[in-house]
Amino acid sequence: MDIREIIARYQDKPGGLIEAYHAIQDEFNYLPQEAIREASLAFGISEAQAYGVATFYSYLSVEKRGKYIIRMCESAPCHVAGADELLKALEKTLGIEVGQTTPDGKFTLELAECVGQCQETPVITINSVPYTDMSPDKISAVLAQCT
Amino acid sequence: MAQEYRIVLANAGKIDPASLDDYLNAGGYKSLEKVRTMSAKELIDLVRSSKLRGRGGAGFNAGMKWGFVPETAPETYVVCNLDEGEPGTYKDRTIVEADPHLLLEGMAICAHAIRSKQGYIYCRGEYPFVVDHLNRAIEQAKQSGQLGDFNIEVRMGGGAYVCGEETALIESIEGHRGEPRFKPPFPGVAGLWGKPTVVNNVETFANLPAIVKNGSEWFASIGSPNYPGTKVFTLTGDVVNRRPFEVPTNTTIRELIFDLGGGIPNGKAFKAVQIGGTSGAFIPEHLLDTPLDFDSMRDAGITLGTGAVFVMDETRDMVDVVTRIAKFFEHESCGKCNPCREGTFRSYELMKKIKTGQATPSDVENLSTLSKVMTKACLCGLGQAAPTPILTTLEHFSDDYKRRLLAAIS
Repeated sequence: MDIREIIARYQDKPGGLIEAYHAIQDEFNYLPQEAIREASLAFGISEAQAYGVATFYSYLSVEKRGKYIIRMCESAPCHVAGADELLKALEKTLGIEVGQTTPDGKFTLELAECVGQCQETPVITINSVPYTDMSPDKISAVLAQCT
Repeated sequence: MAQEYRIVLANAGKIDPASLDDYLNAGGYKSLEKVRTMSAKELIDLVRSSKLRGRGGAGFNAGMKWGFVPETAPETYVVCNLDEGEPGTYKDRTIVEADPHLLLEGMAICAHAIRSKQGYIYCRGEYPFVVDHLNRAIEQAKQSGQLGDFNIEVRMGGGAYVCGEETALIESIEGHRGEPRFKPPFPGVAGLWGKPTVVNNVETFANLPAIVKNGSEWFASIGSPNYPGTKVFTLTGDVVNRRPFEVPTNTTIRELIFDLGGGIPNGKAFKAVQIGGTSGAFIPEHLLDTPLDFDSMRDAGITLGTGAVFVMDETRDMVDVVTRIAKFFEHESCGKCNPCREGTFRSYELMKKIKTGQATPSDVENLSTLSKVMTKACLCGLGQAAPTPILTTLEHFSDDYKRRLLAAIS
């Protein structure tokens, strides 16, 4: 769907800017520059304000990202459960560092704060689906589900 | 032996959360029917005298909070805080996943008290599946006419911890950066779009149907007299049973961790527990007999917070854990006020220095002074509570710090 069409769906909703951003990300996995510009026009705010909202929230990204966004929780409960080792293993398996996207555009690796699944730590999410009780030896099987 | 007592999780596991009929068969929406025969004032008095206090961390009397909304206000809003971002907390997700209509009914009860036609549920961005789940339940409730003329909309956050603060949450619903507002005015007078607004936590709303059904005296007689009822705690870290428990508020920390939680795994000894989320106090062994109610915890110099219970065994190094927490606050500070923006940055810098054995005793002094300044000078609860893990570990686990300083000297 076209960016303008998506924004138009939320334009009349009070405070609909963030909802519109979420909907654009559902389609593109990030907020292209055009989205910021179109949103500023539609919601009657400056481009700087629209950019300010887009960059305030860690779930919104103005950088191009991969098809699958892997977020690894590094909050204290995951930290003591071995998040550091898990992160190293993820970086090694994917061949990228945190904040990067694989050359084929398939995976982006990000750090996250608590994702609310602290009953089975450590936790990663892939496109917001949680994978709990993770360990380095489970990475290959989890990534294999991303096709 | 401590036991669970279920009010907000009474239906959990017993009904199909996707089925409105199941909820109705369990007595659902009967309390909402009942409040429609009551005046707004009678309802507020009922909730006030039940002594239900906010379950999101601040512990304010819910009925009193509703009472701040002017009776003559033509437009008011009911806002549910489902932004649970405190690491270690998953209680609100648990409640809503198990029994979504309980929350909707609770919000509609509040709407009757403040004459509101519009409610919002602000759900954290990490829970898109909960947003879908709630939207299905709202659709069912609307179609069957349960909510009357009260409309509820779910808004999804964007992964900003500060949006758990009620005025930052309101800013975010309005489509802005989630930066807290100056108070006063409080939301009860000027909240969402400048209109009187009640913001309550999921668990607070979820208690309402039972209070309306059974009466305020019933509720006030459960648990501790000053903070009656139950509290849902979510266990995480070095504890055998890592799951949610709903207990009366006179249950002690020790009972929760050792009776219900099953104690520390792998034969290790207890070292510390952090309660209330990542901004909570680190609690040593000698305070474990404190009851889990707001006032008893506060009197012991610790906090009840959101209900996260993060247990650490004897092998955990407090400096390592607190350094990680300091990084969390440096990342999550919204940057609006200077004491928090700079304070969280410097706290993390000093914690890293201590962790890597490069700190002197004067660095620890400075860290302690900075922490105390932040508790007083920061604009909102984020910055005011951010130093709590540092201050309480300095107080109760100073050996972990001293060990690092000695390493620096040698």
